[in-house]
Amino acid sequence: MNWFSSQYWQQRDMEHMIGKWLRAGVFLSATVALLGGILYLQQVHEIPDYKTFHGAAAQFRHLPGILHGVAAFDGASIIQLAVVLLIATPILRIAFSVLAFAIEKDKRYVIISLIVLCIILFGMFSGLGG
Amino acid sequence: MSLALFTLILLLGAFCAGMLGALTGLGGGVVLIPLITLGFGYDIRYAIGTSLIASIATSSGAAAAYIKEGITNIRIGMFLEIATTSGAIIGAAVAILIPTHFVAMLFGLVLLFSAVMTLHKQEEHIAVNSPFAAKLKMGGTYPSKQGMVSYGVRNVFGGYLIMTLAGILSGILGIGSGAVKVVAMDIMMRVPFKVSTTTSNFMVGVTTAASAVVYLQRGYIQPGLALPAIIGVLLGAMAGSKILMNAQVKWLRILFSIVIGLMAFEMIYNGITHKL
Repeated sequence: MNWFSSQYWQQRDMEHMIGKWLRAGVFLSATVALLGGILYLQQVHEIPDYKTFHGAAAQFRHLPGILHGVAAFDGASIIQLAVVLLIATPILRIAFSVLAFAIEKDKRYVIISLIVLCIILFGMFSGLGG
Repeated sequence: MSLALFTLILLLGAFCAGMLGALTGLGGGVVLIPLITLGFGYDIRYAIGTSLIASIATSSGAAAAYIKEGITNIRIGMFLEIATTSGAIIGAAVAILIPTHFVAMLFGLVLLFSAVMTLHKQEEHIAVNSPFAAKLKMGGTYPSKQGMVSYGVRNVFGGYLIMTLAGILSGILGIGSGAVKVVAMDIMMRVPFKVSTTTSNFMVGVTTAASAVVYLQRGYIQPGLALPAIIGVLLGAMAGSKILMNAQVKWLRILFSIVIGLMAFEMIYNGITHKL
């Protein structure tokens, strides 16, 4: 098969879109983590105590707290933003698949993607994780 | 130890985890949990949080590369995600009702059995899809050194059941169960090994991301540990995906069996000592 033929890429449009989505998410997360990391290593000098479990500080556990820290150029908060972007990438990938299969007019897989999306959202909001 | 050196050591560990994950289709827990708990003596909850982040990064990083190369079978992955995600919710719901250490030991034995099965399986492709697999357009082609290889898929129902079990296990034990996913596709559904591990990679991110939301809220994810995990794993996964493209299936099977064999002993040990 000729990898450079237009027919090959048409067949792989859906795959191509989903692949691009993952690459974009991963690249964005890594860039944000790197920027946050540079600040973090300048702002923090000693290894935090991880031996006993206190849990991460409350401001690092939810998006409003994280964004508040990002606005103040806090390195650790920017790293947590990268974590949020990383977590969002595969979840939004499912939502994105619905669109990608719809463009391919593949009804069965539009439905399959929607079912997975519903189960994931149910798991997240019921606190069961999924 | 300085913070910079500490971050660098974790970065190296995460690089290995990402590379191994991309080559085997398994998450990053195998390397990072022992490094953080046994190596540094830190609390296991921080190790779990960090390894969840590592698993998501491995999954997205490796899948991005493998989809581009045309190895990952997105349709098989999407369909079986119904099984893994619903299984994970069932697992999380029943986790408080059943003795986790017993499940860990049982899972360890299943892994040992899978390791032996994977080693002994001969790589043979079936040419045509079963009727149900054909309806779901599951078979496909993937690139190899000898050109494009086409394959069919069968036993979709059996694979679906094992995938549900994989989901339940990850819900109960709080770990991604990439090993069971690979075995379900490879041995049950006759999906070629490289397609099985890369499709498992693709699937792992979804279930792990859903549980990571919960663990983030519980404070398991520390920025100082997440930093090296994200960057190290992504670099490792990219390196691993380059190696897999040219690697012989025989060696990938051996590597996979060794890793899940080690996981099996870790599971049985944790079960006996009630750590899980």
